[in-house]
Amino acid sequence: MRPLTEEETRVMFEKIAKYIGENLQLLVDRPDGTYCFRLHNDRVYYVSEKILKLAANISGDKLVSLGTCFGKFTKTHKFRLHITALDYLAPYAKYKVWIKPGAEQSFLYGNHVLKSGLGRITENTSQYQGVVVYSMADIPLHPKGGRVSLNTH
Amino acid sequence: MEGQNVEELLAKAERDEAEKLQRITVHKELELEFDLGNLLALDRNPPTGLRHAGPTQEAELRALARDNTQLLINQLWQLPTERVEEALVARLPEPTTRLPREKPVPRPRPLTRWQQFARLKGIRPKKKTNLVWDEVSGQWRRRWGYQRARDDTKEWLIEVPGSADPMEDQFAKRIQAKKERVAKNELNRLRNLARAHKIQLPSATGMHPTGHQSKEELGRAMQVARVSTASVGRFQERLPKEKAPRGSGKKRKFQPLFGDFAAEKKSQLEMLRVMNSKKPQMDVTRATNKQMREEDQEEAAKRRKMSQKGKRKGGRQGPGGKRKGGPPSQGGKRKGGLGGKMNSAPPGLGGRRKGGQHHGGKRRK
Repeated sequence: MRPLTEEETRVMFEKIAKYIGENLQLLVDRPDGTYCFRLHNDRVYYVSEKILKLAANISGDKLVSLGTCFGKFTKTHKFRLHITALDYLAPYAKYKVWIKPGAEQSFLYGNHVLKSGLGRITENTSQYQGVVVYSMADIPLHPKGGRVSLNTH
Repeated sequence: MEGQNVEELLAKAERDEAEKLQRITVHKELELEFDLGNLLALDRNPPTGLRHAGPTQEAELRALARDNTQLLINQLWQLPTERVEEALVARLPEPTTRLPREKPVPRPRPLTRWQQFARLKGIRPKKKTNLVWDEVSGQWRRRWGYQRARDDTKEWLIEVPGSADPMEDQFAKRIQAKKERVAKNELNRLRNLARAHKIQLPSATGMHPTGHQSKEELGRAMQVARVSTASVGRFQERLPKEKAPRGSGKKRKFQPLFGDFAAEKKSQLEMLRVMNSKKPQMDVTRATNKQMREEDQEEAAKRRKMSQKGKRKGGRQGPGGKRKGGPPSQGGKRKGGLGGKMNSAPPGLGGRRKGGQHHGGKRRK
């Protein structure tokens, strides 16, 4: 477990900033506690200082996870966001897309959303913009969400 | 009146004397034990007055210390004195108390190679006589050392053995062999010493030619040999099937796990600010490299123009030729160097866009 290097932090921030923009500083600098990013086995974890101090007592090979996993760095050092980051990104999302109930299931199983399945969308969303997808009930969705829930059942 | 004054004076003098005596005589219930060799005075009187703790103890402690020191000094004054270079010196007796060890007990040393071998084979040291009968001189001589019994070096005649080259200097050969033996002995002694103190010898990378080296040792020795050239291994070709070593670079250093959280936050916020500022930040290294390259190109162009002018005038071939020969190669070298520098610039430097002279590349005058 180690903190991220400058290079790695920049890559990660650039990826996350595609979805939440300047609100990223609200993740970095939180009023209700010190939270930090730590790298363990190529995965980035967002963890509070208190939990970090506890996790430091576990040896590296026995430690599985700590805090929330935001994503991982691939072999070629690209950052890939994971579904577990959704809880933190959704409240700060700049551009949101709501999809109709019909298209929701299809999206959860990884299919594309057609224009007809689109319910609402924030205005001024440019092309190829990073967005967070919501269901009509304002629940953030992830294209791998369906498969994940299937596995747990 | 005067009589009274005189009486008063005498009384005062007497009182002063008594006080002085009182100062140097101390009454103790139990006599102190003295070890003058260590300047030690041991007071076994029970410290009844010091039982209760409190701030007033200071004065009593001081008084106790003064008394005991006075007694010690009284004892010192009773020692035999002598004069050493205008100073009166007391000769202290031998210390009677045994002081404890200053340093810890020495740990058992590892056995030397010979000792290990002897133990394995069961060889015990044979008791040898100090003197040996020397036939040549007809007297008892010591076994080794000055004027020893069988001294190889003192021989005036050495027979050339049948297998040896007749032109070889046998005396020189003998001296050389002796030197080699001495050097080998010294090396073994140092190795034993290093093993005892657990110090690594400089040849510990596996370069000692014993012939019994493992694959890793040989590999390491090969790597060290490859890098021990004047160009630090840059122009050493690899053998057809030789693979580049893994992990021969410097180990990366990371920030500590619980570094300063505030500082970490600050640097991250700063990075975010730079990312969001939407203004392209100047990369100082690239800027200076570009500037240097432009300057070099200008200089090269100028020199070419001057040399061309000289050639047209038809005059001096020598300096002109020299001038022609100079700049292209220089410029080429410099360009090549810069090109190499540009290609191998680490990505971190490209990313660090904090404007400021101290971060940039070297500026040449």
